[in-house]
Amino acid sequence: MFPFCFDWVNDPVHFVFMGSLYSVLILLGIFVNYAVIRAFLDLICKKEGQSHH
Amino acid sequence: MNTASAPFDSALIPEGVKRCKLKWFLVWLGILNVPFMVGVAAYIVCWALALNQTYLNNNYPFGLWIAADLGVIALGGGAFFTGFLRYIIKIDELKNIVNFAVVVGVICYASALGILAVDIGQPLRGWHIFWHANVHSMLTEVAFCISCYFMVLCIEYLPLVLENRQINKLGFFHGMAHHLHGAMPAIAATGVFLSFFHQGSLGGVPGVLYGRPFAFREGFLVWPWTFFLFILSAMACGPCFTILITRITEGFARKKLVKRNVIDILARISGWLLAGYLVLKILDTVGWISWAGKVGAPLGSFYANQPYGYWVLITEIGIFGIIPCILLLVKATRQNESLLVVACLLNCAGIFMNRWIMTVQSLAVPVMSFDKFFSYHPNWAEWASTLMWVWLGAIVISLSYRYLPIFPQERELNPV
Repeated sequence: MFPFCFDWVNDPVHFVFMGSLYSVLILLGIFVNYAVIRAFLDLICKKEGQSHH
Repeated sequence: MNTASAPFDSALIPEGVKRCKLKWFLVWLGILNVPFMVGVAAYIVCWALALNQTYLNNNYPFGLWIAADLGVIALGGGAFFTGFLRYIIKIDELKNIVNFAVVVGVICYASALGILAVDIGQPLRGWHIFWHANVHSMLTEVAFCISCYFMVLCIEYLPLVLENRQINKLGFFHGMAHHLHGAMPAIAATGVFLSFFHQGSLGGVPGVLYGRPFAFREGFLVWPWTFFLFILSAMACGPCFTILITRITEGFARKKLVKRNVIDILARISGWLLAGYLVLKILDTVGWISWAGKVGAPLGSFYANQPYGYWVLITEIGIFGIIPCILLLVKATRQNESLLVVACLLNCAGIFMNRWIMTVQSLAVPVMSFDKFFSYHPNWAEWASTLMWVWLGAIVISLSYRYLPIFPQERELNPV
């Protein structure tokens, strides 16, 4: 449910409830994208003989 | 070295470990597929012909599926709690079992979502709970949290897949697994936050039913006591389920996969949490008996109809509670392999029984003076579709064990 949906109500419960859901989803998106971007940067910036471990 | 016959198969198996021949592995998967396909047939029947193919009815809208759902979510609590102990409390030894706890967690939460997909009757409208959310419902919170937590578990499982011998040779996937491991404490913390709320809210669902004195509990602010009892019981039982599945896997693999001290840490923590849970559960039961008597629902009225006699109360708290608690807390019994498995079995059975009581028995107890007691037992479609996830879980564990490095101590314990 987004704030532009017809059954959205501008009350604290909707903001807290749906806000928590979207915060978690955004957070998970950030974690995965962080790993993808860092891996991609490692790949293109990799120097000879350098390793993660 | 491994004894796999096909080169493509042996190339995928982690280095330095031994696995059975590919043909025996395929036979094993074939055996598991037979009951699994019966479950698939049950799903097709329920989806194609609707829920009248089950023994669910207006008296029992909650049946085996919901009890199993709550049960597997509690058993899957081992993933969030082991992750919490490993990444937040920083008990380093648990790094040797946390991967497997994640695999078990993924299976448990996939089961929970899969069972809900058949239980809601019309899965094509499953998205309504997100789009037309009733923000005053604890079940909506549960749906949000288990969906998000399943995503967390998939993200935690992803680096294990990327660490497969062949996938890990690709620089991008190697790097991605490495950076996901780096982000794991934050991911685990998110999982703990989500688990805390959905485990609790599952307990809150029966606890707020003020029209049903069997289930209703008073509590703290908006949370009934069952909210806190469900969280604590999941934390107490989840690690035991992880130990149990580890022991079953070791039995099939015919080798040790995790060192004894790692198991001992989990068992000891589980024992203390179970003791804490039992103290609060007994206090809650005493308070509930006193409160229910005052509102005109004496204890005898709750246990007047068979099969839900007093034996239910005694079995849940005594046999499936106090006995495993003692077995887990006493060092001599905890370190005895057979007794440890018995303790874990009893603990896990206790959690399932508790979830059955709080859902199915809550609905079974007549509320109005003109209400009659109706019994409920699941039919083949309910059993097959529920057990389907056990067989699927066994398949996922078999594949993960064969091709992914989920047991870091295996090489050390079983030199080839």
